[in-house]
Amino acid sequence: MSLLNDTGKYVLLMKRVLVLPDSRKMFFRQFPKELEKLGLQSLPIVIIISVFIGAIMTMQTKLNSANPLLPSYTTGLVTRDTLLLEFSSTIMCLILAGKVGSNIASEIGTMRITEQIDALEIMGVNSAGYLILPKIVAFVVMMPFLVIFSMALGLIGGYGVGLLTTIITTGDYISGIQYAFVPFYVFYSVVKSLFFAFIIASVASYYGYYAYGGALDVGKASTNAVVNASILVLFFNILITSLMLN
Amino acid sequence: MIEVKNVDKSFDGNQVLKNVSAVFETGKTNMIIGQSGSGKTVLMKSIIGLHRIDKGRIEYDGRNLPDMKMKDIRVLRREVGMLFQGSALFDSLTVLENVMYPLEMFSPTSREEMVERAYFCLKQVNLEEKAFGLAPSEISGGMQKRVAIARAIALQPTYLFCDEPNSGLDPVTSLIIDKLIHEITHLFGITTIINSHDMNSVMEIGENIIFIEKGEKTWQGNNKDIFHVHNEALNDFVFASELFKQVKKVNQ
Repeated sequence: MSLLNDTGKYVLLMKRVLVLPDSRKMFFRQFPKELEKLGLQSLPIVIIISVFIGAIMTMQTKLNSANPLLPSYTTGLVTRDTLLLEFSSTIMCLILAGKVGSNIASEIGTMRITEQIDALEIMGVNSAGYLILPKIVAFVVMMPFLVIFSMALGLIGGYGVGLLTTIITTGDYISGIQYAFVPFYVFYSVVKSLFFAFIIASVASYYGYYAYGGALDVGKASTNAVVNASILVLFFNILITSLMLN
Repeated sequence: MIEVKNVDKSFDGNQVLKNVSAVFETGKTNMIIGQSGSGKTVLMKSIIGLHRIDKGRIEYDGRNLPDMKMKDIRVLRREVGMLFQGSALFDSLTVLENVMYPLEMFSPTSREEMVERAYFCLKQVNLEEKAFGLAPSEISGGMQKRVAIARAIALQPTYLFCDEPNSGLDPVTSLIIDKLIHEITHLFGITTIINSHDMNSVMEIGENIIFIEKGEKTWQGNNKDIFHVHNEALNDFVFASELFKQVKKVNQ
């Protein structure tokens, strides 16, 4: 019952969000700020996690596939495909669901409990559209760049293992990441990330927008936003994968 | 003028407003008073349209709010200014930007004219110019209230709502805010409705007072009539403190 109620409220909220802004001037003033806050400020975590995961994935793959029957390019190939297919889109989005989702939910939730949203409504502003639309659009626009950036950095991380350790040679690694490359995998990952970006920004906004009570409740809204956005990301991951890769 | 006619409002079967009728006059500071839980906040939120009423009419100069569609309510709300209990200033904007916000959303004027109007409104509430560039968190509670009043009057509203304008303020600042609201109401001919249980405010600026008791309007008058009322609940509420009992004796 609660799920149905939440779904209905979410759909009705999106109906208010996905309309032309009351003031385009205000939208385009807000939009770059959101690009910076949700996208550029996520770069450090994307850089750190992608480089390290790329490196660790290379090391783990190499150490767990020490079989003379496997060709030398296996490690690079596995690292590349894992990064392209899952890590840089799905896992990175789950991490961003935590960072960006909690940021959005707590910001909008605080505005709700301090009556700033009521103030917007009393002024005759479509508060949902004004607050949420720039966030969704900005995050959806930024996400493909973050995903492609993460792919590149993950591959660089793996290359670093070849350079700095004796686990794998850079030659084997490079031939592995070049072997049987399927460009469609990049497209597939980018498409997935667009859906995930929409889910993260809209679900987090929903929990923030309907927060009530005090600071503790904003915290709860933030937690609910992250948990539910993550579950939806995983669910849509299966759905999109079965549609695009089968 | 805002007229409330036979308004009922319930929440989950609990009737909070019972057949409330009242007239809030233009150019006067109209006050809704009553104990906590009496229904005065619900009445104010119903008048603004934040609660949908079960029965009755809420007429803004003849325009019945419950009959309006959301689109029309939004248009009507551009004629409304509101001062919230906690000021509700936008954290991400400076004092000046807060006052300019409604102008930027809805006013077709140039940016220079908007800045000029925002300066005028901030000067009306006696705010020093050095505070204009500060964030709301960098100014005092009293100054925040003044900025909120300036924002509320930026679009030259026909109707001004004030929810507990003195809450959290010291007596001197409360008096300043009361006088400010009173002056602005008279200066611009606004229909002002104030939700309060601050008796100093009631005595100071209550030109049309509505007393709500358990969801019903049981008295209407002004700050002079209030000394001669025989309504027991009202007397218990208004003259609860020894000080106000003495004031009543002197006035009688």
